[in-house]
Amino acid sequence: MRLKDISINNLRRRKAKVLFLILGLTIGMTTVVTLISITRKMNEDISNKLDEFGANILVIPRSDDLSLSYGGLNIGGVSVDAQTLKDSDIPKIRQIEVKENISTVSPKLIGVVEIEGKKILLTGVVFQEETRLKKWWKVHGAVPKSRNEVLLGNEIAVRLFKSAGDPLTIIGKTVRISGVLDETGSQDDFLIFGDLAFVQEALKKPEALSLIEVSAFCISCPIEEIVSQISKALPHAKVTAIKQTLQTKMEALDHFKKFSLGISVIVLLIGGLIVFTNMMASVNERKREIGVFRAIGFRKSHIIRIIFLEAFVVGLIGGVAGYLLGLGSSYMLGPVITGIKGGRIVIDPVLAVGVVFLSVAMGILSSIYPAIHASKMDPTTALRAL
Amino acid sequence: MSLIEIKDLSKTYESGEEHIPALVGVGLNIERGEFVSVMGPSGSGKSTLLTILGGLNHPTQGEVVVDEIPIYKLPLEKLADFRREYLGFIFQSFQLIPYLTVIENVMLPLSITEKSNREQWHMAEEMLEKMRLKGKGKRLPDQLSGGEQERVAIARALVNSPPILLADEPTGNLDSKTGKEMMELFRSLNEEGQTMIMVTHNPEYAAFSSHILHLRDGRVVDGEPAIMEKAGSGTQRIV
Repeated sequence: MRLKDISINNLRRRKAKVLFLILGLTIGMTTVVTLISITRKMNEDISNKLDEFGANILVIPRSDDLSLSYGGLNIGGVSVDAQTLKDSDIPKIRQIEVKENISTVSPKLIGVVEIEGKKILLTGVVFQEETRLKKWWKVHGAVPKSRNEVLLGNEIAVRLFKSAGDPLTIIGKTVRISGVLDETGSQDDFLIFGDLAFVQEALKKPEALSLIEVSAFCISCPIEEIVSQISKALPHAKVTAIKQTLQTKMEALDHFKKFSLGISVIVLLIGGLIVFTNMMASVNERKREIGVFRAIGFRKSHIIRIIFLEAFVVGLIGGVAGYLLGLGSSYMLGPVITGIKGGRIVIDPVLAVGVVFLSVAMGILSSIYPAIHASKMDPTTALRAL
Repeated sequence: MSLIEIKDLSKTYESGEEHIPALVGVGLNIERGEFVSVMGPSGSGKSTLLTILGGLNHPTQGEVVVDEIPIYKLPLEKLADFRREYLGFIFQSFQLIPYLTVIENVMLPLSITEKSNREQWHMAEEMLEKMRLKGKGKRLPDQLSGGEQERVAIARALVNSPPILLADEPTGNLDSKTGKEMMELFRSLNEEGQTMIMVTHNPEYAAFSSHILHLRDGRVVDGEPAIMEKAGSGTQRIV
C-alpha cells in the first residue's frame, strides 16, 4: 500500500462530497473553455472578414499633389507625377521581414481615358492578385485572361451600353470585354479593369504604378509592423493601414475578451473557494484519522502528500470533464452567442492540456492551506481527550 | 540501561491565565519485556503520560530517553520517524480507518516504508493470521465485531515489530468476556518479549501486567499496594 491508495480510497468513500468538489472545478473549467473557444471563433471570423474585405494596407506615392480618391483615400499625383511607384517595388514588399503575413500584393496603375466621348478611369491590375483581393467580385462572363481583354465596372457597362463579349476601343486599341462586374457599391463600379502591362503601354507609362494594395493574413495581424517594414523598404512611398473598417468590430471583440477574462477569473475564484472550503471541512472531519496517521509515524510531509494527491485527482477529473463539457457547450452555445454559423468541434491539444493543468493547479493551490493545517493538527486528538 | 527512562517529567497545560499541572516530577524506568499498567482516577495524568511516552506531546520539563535517544531533542519529523520505528499504538475505540479494508489498515504503518507492496501484504497477512483474523482481510472495519476490530488494531500496532506497544484503554469499548480475551492476548505477547505500557481504569485488567503505576494529581503514588497477579515478575522498576 502507498499513500496514493489512502487518498484514492478516501475519495471513493466520500463520493457525494467529492462529486460536489469535482463539479466546482468542472464548472470553472467549462466556463473557461467555452469562453476561450467562442472568443477564438469570433476572432477567426473577424479575421476572415478582414481578409474578405480586401486590402488592409495601401501603398501610394509620397506626393503633395493629391488629385484622386480611391477607396476613401486620396491617391497622390495620378495625373501629375505617377512615376514614384514602379513594378520593381513589388518584390521589395514581398521581401520584408514579416513576409509570411502578407497574403496578396496587388499593384495598380490608374489613368483617365476618353471612350466614346466620356472620361473614364482605366485601371491596370494583375487579375490573379486582384481577384484574390476582392473575393466578393461577381463577374458576368469571365475575368480577363489575356492583355486583349478588359473587365467593366457595372456602372460603366451601363453608361457605355456594353456587355460581356462586346468589343471596346481604348486609345486606338480594340479589346474584348470578357466580363462585367456585378454592382459592388464601391468605386469599382466606375472603373474599367485591364491587364497592368496593357494599361502601362496604353497610358505610355511603362513600369509605373499608381498604388499598391497589400492584404495581410489577419489571424495574428501585426499590421503596424507590416506598415513600418514596407515604409522602410519603400522610402519614396506613403504606406497607410486601412483599419477603420472593422475597427469597431475588433473593439467589440476586445471588450468581449475582457468580459470573458473577468467572468473566467470570477468563476475560477468561486471554484477555488469551493475546493478550499470542501478540503478544509474534510480535513476537520478527519482530525482523528490524521492524528492516527501522525501517531503511527507519518511525517507532516506524508499528510500533505495525501491531501495534495486527493486535490490532484479531483483537479484532473475536473479538468478533463470541464474541457469536454466546454467543447460541447461552445459548440452548442457558440452560434447562439456569436451568430456565427457552421461551427465544428475543434480539439485543441494546447487548450486541453492547459485547462487540465489549470484545474490541477487550482485544486492543489486551494488545498495548500488545508494541507498545512492538517499536517499541523495535534496528534493527541487521536488519543483520548486530555 | 533501561529501554525507557523518564526523568523528572512535568507537563502543565495553559488555559488562559490558568496553569493546569497534568504531571508533576514523574521519574520512571521501564526495562525491555515489561508490561506496565498505568492506573489512576480521571484527570490523574495517565493519558498525558502515555502521549508523552508516545512522542506526541512535548513535556514542559524533564526528559524521555528511549533506547538512549532523548526523543524530545529530535526535530519534529525525526520524532515521527522514531514513532514509526519504536512504537505501536492501540487507541481507545481502536481508531481504524473506515475506508480502508482490514488488511490495508494493518499495512498502514508500512505504507510509508520502502517495503514493496508484496512484502507489506505478506507481513500484514502473517499478522492477521496471528490475530486469528485470517480470511477477513478484505472486509471493512465496520463489518467486524468489537473484539475483531480490537485485534485488527493490535495487528496494525505490531506489524512493524516495534520495541514498545502503547495501549490507551484498549478494552474500554469491549464487553468483559472479550476484554479478558484481549488481556490474555496481551499477556501472551508480553511473554513473547513485547514491552507494553497500558492505561486502564480496570484493576482486573491491570492484574495481567507485570507492574502497575498509580498516578494521582499528576504524581506517582508511592506505597499503594500493587495488584500483582503475576508472581516473581522481577524487581519493581517503577520508582
